[in-house]
Order: sequence, then structure tokens, then C-alpha cells
Amino acid sequence: MSSYEARFKVWRGDEQGGGLEDFSVEVNDGEVVLDIIHRLQSTQAPDLAVRWNCKAGKCGSCSAEINGRPRLMCMTRMSVFDRAETITVTPLRAFPVIRDLVTNVGFNYQKAREVPAFVPPAGVGPGEYRMTQEDVDRSQEFRKCIECFLCQDTCHVVRDHEENKAAFAGPRFLMRIAELDMHPLDAAAETGLDRKRTAQDEHGLGYCNITKCCTEVCPEGIKITDNALIPLKERAVDRKYDPLVWLGSKIRRRSS
Amino acid sequence: MTVVDRQEWDVVVVGAGGAGLRAAIEARERGARTAVICKSLFGKAHTVMAEGGIAAAMANANEHDNWQVHFRDTLRGGKFLNQWRMAELHAQEAPDRVWELETWGALFDRTKDGRISQRNFGGHEYPRLAHVGDRTGLELIRTLQQRMVALQQEDFRETGDYESRLKVFQECTVTRVLKDTASGSGTAAGRVCGVFAYERESGRFLVLEAPAVVVATGGIGKSFKVTSNSWEYTGDGHALALLAGARLVNMEFVQFHPTGMVWPPSVKGILVTESVRGDGGVLRNSEGERFMFDYVPDVFKEKYAESEEEADRWYDDPDTNRRPPELLPRDEVARAINSEVKAGRGSPHGGVFLDVSTRMPAEVIRRRLPSMYHQFKELADVDITAEAMEVGPTCHYVMGGVAVDSDTAAARGVPGLYAAGEVAGGMHGSNRLGGNSLSDLLVFGRRAGWHAAEYAQGLAYQRPPVDDAQVDSAAAEALRPFSAEAGREGEAGPPENPYTLHQELQQTMNDLVGIIRREGEMEQALHKLAELRVRARRAGVEGHRQFNPGWHLALDLRNMLLVSECVARAALERTESRGGHTREDHPTMDRAWRNVNLLCALADPTGGLAATDPGRGQIRLTRESTDPIRPDLLALFEKEELVKYLAEEELYE
Amino acid sequence: MATGTEPQQNSGGVRTTARAAITAPHLRTDRWWLAPAVTAAGLLAFVVYSTWRAFAGAHYYAAPYVSPFYSPCLAQNCKDMPSGPNADLFGSWWTISPAIIILVFPLGFRLTCYYYRKAYYRSFWASPPACAVAEPHRTYTGETRFPLILQNAHRYFFYAAILVAGVLTYDTVLSFRDPHENWGHMGLGTVVFLVNITLIWAYTISCHSCRHIVGGKLKHFSKHPVRYKAWQFVGRLNARHMQLAWASLLSVALADFYVYLVASGVFADPRFF
Repeated sequence: MSSYEARFKVWRGDEQGGGLEDFSVEVNDGEVVLDIIHRLQSTQAPDLAVRWNCKAGKCGSCSAEINGRPRLMCMTRMSVFDRAETITVTPLRAFPVIRDLVTNVGFNYQKAREVPAFVPPAGVGPGEYRMTQEDVDRSQEFRKCIECFLCQDTCHVVRDHEENKAAFAGPRFLMRIAELDMHPLDAAAETGLDRKRTAQDEHGLGYCNITKCCTEVCPEGIKITDNALIPLKERAVDRKYDPLVWLGSKIRRRSS
Repeated sequence: MTVVDRQEWDVVVVGAGGAGLRAAIEARERGARTAVICKSLFGKAHTVMAEGGIAAAMANANEHDNWQVHFRDTLRGGKFLNQWRMAELHAQEAPDRVWELETWGALFDRTKDGRISQRNFGGHEYPRLAHVGDRTGLELIRTLQQRMVALQQEDFRETGDYESRLKVFQECTVTRVLKDTASGSGTAAGRVCGVFAYERESGRFLVLEAPAVVVATGGIGKSFKVTSNSWEYTGDGHALALLAGARLVNMEFVQFHPTGMVWPPSVKGILVTESVRGDGGVLRNSEGERFMFDYVPDVFKEKYAESEEEADRWYDDPDTNRRPPELLPRDEVARAINSEVKAGRGSPHGGVFLDVSTRMPAEVIRRRLPSMYHQFKELADVDITAEAMEVGPTCHYVMGGVAVDSDTAAARGVPGLYAAGEVAGGMHGSNRLGGNSLSDLLVFGRRAGWHAAEYAQGLAYQRPPVDDAQVDSAAAEALRPFSAEAGREGEAGPPENPYTLHQELQQTMNDLVGIIRREGEMEQALHKLAELRVRARRAGVEGHRQFNPGWHLALDLRNMLLVSECVARAALERTESRGGHTREDHPTMDRAWRNVNLLCALADPTGGLAATDPGRGQIRLTRESTDPIRPDLLALFEKEELVKYLAEEELYE
Repeated sequence: MATGTEPQQNSGGVRTTARAAITAPHLRTDRWWLAPAVTAAGLLAFVVYSTWRAFAGAHYYAAPYVSPFYSPCLAQNCKDMPSGPNADLFGSWWTISPAIIILVFPLGFRLTCYYYRKAYYRSFWASPPACAVAEPHRTYTGETRFPLILQNAHRYFFYAAILVAGVLTYDTVLSFRDPHENWGHMGLGTVVFLVNITLIWAYTISCHSCRHIVGGKLKHFSKHPVRYKAWQFVGRLNARHMQLAWASLLSVALADFYVYLVASGVFADPRFF
């Protein structure tokens, strides 16, 4: 066991303005950044605002930017930093700030509402669902998402272009569409809802330029780009840009 | 009068974990305009931490399973102290509640023939836990969250407003349940009429007027130092119900999960799922011995393997072999670990070893226990596929809670108040089985929502009014920490740091009312709690009301102190050891206590907290005899087994 | 204080008024610029080299080896390659290098490839230069409109790339003949070709469009066990798409350069048998 004094810069302020404040704080063996923020709270800055919950990387509350990188504070061990390094902690920079490290993540809840929910298959009652493991594997990967919104924060489409927020659902919710489209029993198509087409037309899939930052920051290690966004783009191509598939589906519909 | 925002709803649900969301969904589906209030963001509730699964006798993995077997396991786990009607409803309805989740989009792991896969867990006779890897709680919360959104989308299509019938007030804390007074209504007084809350973000006050309030706030773990619970678990619902005149039952029973992480210190207490043992993990002491074989109590002797060979055969052939003792109910395992560490056979950081690395190939471990692999790799730099984990007991769950009616989840004695989930008492008796918590949330969350909606609709034209004076005093109470100063109202002493008070409280509960309890220590704890209570009146905070964590903690202290006193008083009173209550001075289970419940009520029912007198507590304890178990349910057990639990006169009634 | 305390002017992106007032475009302390810089250097080097070789129109055939840049060779001005992949579909009017005709396809395949898109969007367009590093552009519409909406044509280039890979496979088979068209030959060039064609196939098959076509588009894998297996196989390769993209880019340049060296007489192809 050994402890040392670390230098921290923590952004403090609210929508009126603010800045990085310097702190010198004790760090012990095995601690993570969130522990240090808590130590600041209980010893030096009792009103330092921070969101957190499970402290085990499962709830996705303590998202922040540490040395400029979107991360969960509870999963960032102090041992990854050099002892002499000054560690900078700021709130997420893609969302409006409320106070200190707390941001208004309402954008994400609004987008969540815009994705049409799972449509249960007609005529299949509770207890009668039969799905094989290989059919649910893909959607299960996406359901590992803890909604920390780090992918939404890092995605340059909205991070660097506030004006795109209206048109773009962001990686988390495009992944949600992929999850539903790959769900073996989702019956959206039967009700006339084409998730592949609406992904492109209503949720802004075309804004994604697959630069993979969402995958890079995902604390759950979900391959958002390769397994959700690109497959969804390919599915959208089926619908919108592939004359062969289009022709095939026309013919099949006529013959059936 | 304080400026507060007032809104009218039919049902207000406090808490947005599994129980709260399930209650809200039910209430809204039954036509009640429903508001949900939660302290965190929507979807972050502590339910996400549940790993193992949802216990439900669907008989997908073993065709012999049915609700009767599940009921039997639940009563055995709870040492026959359970409110048996709850256990019955729970066992009967759990499968429907799980299947319903599938129709809302949940994706459980599957069996070969496409049904929901079920896994083994401590205390369950058959593989019974519907699961998704080791992140079942996340799946549950996300499914309910998405179901809420689906209902809001329906409302949007009809009314043009997503929140017209179902609204989530996130990052809001309720500090009081409001009740009507005799002068206000003309009818019977004492009915629930709303809640008083503050928005964490802005510090603004909020009154939601509603005739029915469901508390679904979870547990009390944050009163203990080593806990698997998050900061939200400050016993809010327990305290709100107490303050509203309800009683708490079984508060002496606190479950210490046997396997929490013990290192590094910052994550001490974080859970290591029981699935590690269900899937083959074994416990060893520093001498490399599988010590659990030495700790099988007599009541379980016939059910558990006596040799390592038999235990190992059980994983592949459960029908002809008995299960390994690592899968004993949690209280037994936690005590065993405690004893091993005390006997000097612990691991370097004061736990024991939990090993899967020598039991399964690395790739199987990574597939079946992905988040455990992740958790140890990221937080402790331990590769569980190559080395053993170090684990020790951690405060995990409180069996005690609001005394409720089994069928309706209505709090006894407070019309309009309902409780579901961990905050409700009775269901689990003296000890909860793993997996029974998630099913409890769903079964009783639904029942609470259903009956709350029905009750509210029955009162449509005569809603109890909100009394302005109550709102004012609730506001004054909430603002108190900002004006804490020495010498006010004759209170001597400097302002206190709420963080320091909290730490002292946690240390007190951990050391003096922890896993092994002694009379003297608990008396000492009650003295310390009284002292803390006085000091907490002086808890002061800096800054302003906008997202101020110091202020929030200062307000939560009231709840933690109330609940801690309940735990300590009840534990002192019960002179036996049973389930989650272990007395060193009364080490055996006493059949005479089997049908005795301890109920905690506020000592001063007018709601004033007797804070200035450290000698006088806030809690009054009463004893109550439980209803005899219905004969057809008793008939599910062998006579020889019942003899171990039930008193003579109960047996021959 | 590293940053101002005034609410910032609304200048878009991370400096939008409501967001935390931090003026720095990023606060990263690691060498985030390294990856895009290396990518840009690598791609630029290839562009320079391939432009030179593609327009040279010379030293692309040294029996039995034909440079992958010139195969198939479809103009009248192609060198004669006995049973090689040449056909004069383009008459004498085509006067520039015949490589240009065919290179359009592999070029299009790589330009619209999901990996290369990431690579050049980041390293050339700085959109974004790295994660959480502000990009310099005022507006951004991604791949929603012309010309970038054409990226959706990736799968057609994939089909073409399959054909090209087929021809290169044929070339590799022919490299087992000696310069006098007798079978049973193997030179260093044959090895270079074998490595190249393996990487070309691996890169082509690992394509995201391919993954979609073989099985990704299905809703029920359980009803299509063979396609499920194929999807899993492609998925495993796809996880290495980036590495394969670079490896095959390098190997195709090397194969061409090898032919150039032999054809221009720098050295003779060492022969194993």
C-alpha cells in the first residue's frame, strides 16, 4: 500500500460559465478516478456535483471526460496515470452542462422515445416465445448497453455540430434500431413499419461516417460500428439503394 | 408559504427500479395517470446490479419444477418466517411475470429448444433462474424502461404528449409522504394525499398530489460500511412509510452476501455474483481446503453433498447426486466465510478464495461470466480465468420492510400507501434466496400498481386534499441544513459535516450490528445512533440548492438513522439466530420465535422526531404473532422437516 | 485557471453556449494525432506509388508474372501475355496505360470500404481527427447527400472486386508455368503472388458488405445453418478487416514492384524448381 498526492484539474461551474479548478488530493492503492472525486467532495468541495451510482461499471451514470477522453470515472483506475501527471476531469462536452460534472443528458431520452418500440408478434402468447440462442446473440450484444451515453458524447456528428441533434439519433439509438431489426420475433414489418428504411429516413443513419469513436469509447466493449451500424447501413442499402433486391422483393410479393 | 410546483396525478410511484417501473406500468395500463419519481436518471436504478437471474418455476430446465417446489424452497430459505401468502403468490405468478417481459422485448438466454434457459442458484432445488449472462438486472430494468417508453409512445399518438399519462420525474427525491388531516377533508383522516419532493438538479420543491403512493425505493445498505448497494440505498421508502405511520417488519434480518470483492479498498463490497458458484466455482481457505463441507447445518444435511466427488458430479447429473455445499443459502455461506477468516485461514486481504480458474476453461468463463471477468480485470487487475478471486461478506439486502397486505401490497394502517420490492417486508422471511428478488419486484410491483390504481380510481371525486401546513413544514425540514448553526434552538455544538456523520454511522452499523451480533454491542450502537441523531440536526452544507450532493446527503441522514435504529432495536430484541440475524449470545434457532414478528413504529406518531433527547429512541417495537401457515401449504413439507422449524403446538393444530 | 469563466460565444460544436465553458478544442494528453498521421502517410505513399505505376504503362509483364495493377489487361496496347488475362476490348483509340481501365474497380472497392472510409475521413478530412477532438468543419452532413451518399454502392464494388480477385487468382495459377509456358515452375515471384492473392481474398471476403450478403441480412440464423456458418466465418475475418486492408494494400504494391524489378531487368526471378 502506498499513497501519494495527485494533482487534479476539475471543471466547476454551470451554464453561466466556469473553469478548471486545481486540487491536490490523496490517492491510495487500487483507487479509481471516482474515488478521488468523492474524496474531494468529502474533504475539499462538499458541493461538487457528480452523478454516480453503482461504482462497478454497470449503471453508466458517472460518465465524464478524463484527460479529454470520454470514460466512466468508476472504471478508470488511477494506476493508468503517471503519478506526476495532472489529471483533468470535465463534464461531457456534447451536452449542456448543469453543474460541475453533471450534464443534461435529456437529448438521449428524447431520442429513445423516437425509436418505435418492440412489436410483439400477433398470435404468440406469453410463454410461447421460441427463439434459438444463435438468433438472439446479436441483439443480446446490443442489450449489454448500460446507456452511459459516452458514444453519444464522443460522436462528432452531434458533438461538433449542435444543429445535427434534431436529425440524428446517435450511435446508441441507431444500435437500438439494429437490435430491434435483428430481434427474431419483432413484428414491426407486419404492421407496416420498415425499420431499415426509417433508420435512414428518420433517424439519421446517413450522418454516421463510421469513424468508430463510439466503439472506441464503449465501456461494455460492444462493437457498435461493426456489428450494429454497418449492418444497419447494409440493410438500408437493401431497401433504398439496391435495385436487384428491390426488384426481387417486388417479384416475390407479386407471386405470393 | 413556500413556493412549490404542484401537480395532480392518480398514482405516484417513488422509485424507478424493477418494482417501481412494474408498478407504474400496471397502474398506467389500468388507466391511472401515473408519475414515477426517482433519485437517479431513468434506467440507472440499483436493479441493474442484479446479476444471477429471475427465479420462476417455468420448468424449462427440469420438468419436475413447479410453483409448489419454488414455494417450499422460499420458505426453507426464509426459515419459515416468511409471510407465507406472499411466498405463495410469488411462486405462482413469477413465471407469468417473466414471460410477459418477453412480450415487451426482453431477450433471455435460450435452451436448445428455444425456451428460456434456467440456471442453478443457492437454495433452489432445480435450475430455476431465467438469466441473461450475468447481467439479468440490466435486462430487466431496460425491458421495463422500454415498456414505459412504449406506453408513452401510445399516449403520444393519442394525445400528442408523451407524458400525458405516464411521466418520470428523474433526479428527484421524495422527503415526505403527505396525508390528509381531519380538518381538511371531513371524511376519515390519515389517508395519503401526495408526496413532497425536491429536484436534485435545481433544488426546487415539488408536490405531487395523488391519493395513492407506491414506495418502491429498495434497501438500506448505505447504512453499512461494506455494502454492495449504491448511494441511493438510504432506506428512503422505509423511512417515508414509518413517518407516514406505517410499520416495518422483520428489520433485524439483513442479508450479507457471502461473496463481495475485498480488494482494492475502493470497491470493497461490490458483488461477485452467486452464478460463479452456481456454474462451478468453489470456495477455499488459505490452506486450499473446500471448507464449506464443514458448515452444512443439520436442517440441510440430507440435501447437500458430503464429498468433493459427489459435489462435482452434481453439475452434470443433478438427479442422482446432491448439490455442493457452496450453494447453501447465503446466510450459511456468509457465516462460514466469516468463521474461516476469524480462524486465521483467510486470504491476504481478509476474505477467502473463490476459484473458477481451475474448474472451467478460460473461454467458458469469459462466455458465462462476462461481467465478472470484466469487473475483476478492470477493477482489481485480477484475471479470474487464471487465478482465484478474493471474496468476503458484504451487506446486500434487507429482508425487513414495510408491513403490507400480502395480496394488495397495501401498507397496513395507511390508506393509499403501497410498498413493493425490497422496501416491502415479509416475503423473504429471515433470508432471501438468490433470484427471488427480481421475481419479487415483478410480482409485487404489479400487484402494488394494480391495487394503487384501483384505490385511486375508487376515490375519483373525493380525493384527500393536501394540507398547506404540511407542505410548509416539509419545506422547512428540507431547508434546514442550509441554516445549521451553533446555538440555534438551544442546540449546542458546531455545524457537522454530513459526510463525516455518514461515515460514522456506517462504521457503527458495520461493527456493532453487522453479520455477527452481540447484546452489548447493539446497546452501544443504539447509544451511538442517538448521539449521531443529535449531531445530524446540526448537519450543515455549503453552497446553494442546485445539484448539491452535501445537501442531499444531509437529508438522507434522517432516513438512514431511522432505519438503522429499527435494525438495531429489532436485532437486540430477537434472542435467537435465524437467517440474516446471527446472535453470538443466542447461536441457535429457537422454534418459539418462528411465528413472532417484530414491528417497528415511530415512537411519536405525530411525526415529530424526538431528536433532542439522545436517551429516547425514535422507534417503538411491538411483537406480533403471524398467521398459521395454511394446511395445504404445510402439507408440501415432510413432517420430519417441519419438526425442525415449527413449535409443537403449530404442528398439531 | 486554464479556461475563461465567461459563458462562451456560441461558435458551434463543443463551444456551443449551453455546454461546459471550455475553449480548448480538446483536452487529450495522449498522442492522438499519431494514428491519423501514420494512416495519412501510408495512404499517401500508396497513392504516389500506384499513380506512378498505373500511368507508366511499362514493365508490368515478365513472363509468367503480370502485375496485379494490369490484370486483367483489356486494351489493344497491352503486352502480349500467353494465355494470360488480356483481351483487347478497348481498341487502338485507348492510348493511355491499360491499368487505368481495370484499376477503377479495386480503387472503388477500397474507396467505399467501411474501413478505408474511417481511415481517410479521420486522417484527410479530419472529420473527426480523433475521438473527442473537435473537427474544423462548420457544417457536416455525413453520407446523407451527394457525393458521399454514393458510398452506399460499396456492394457493387464488392461484386467487381470478386471478379478481379478471380483474375488475380488465375494469374497466380499461371505463375506456376515457366516463361516458356511449361507447368511445374515456381519462382520467388510465385511466392509473392501466392501471398498477395491470399491477402486479397482475405480482405475481399472480410468485407462488411460480404458479411451482410452471406448471412448478416437474415433474421433467423437458425433456419439457415449453412449461411450462419458462412456468416460466422466472414465475421471472424471481418474483425481483422483493418489489418487485412493494410496487409493486402502492401502486398499488392509489393507484387507489382516485384514484377517491375524483374521486367525492368534489375534482377532475374530466383527459381525454386
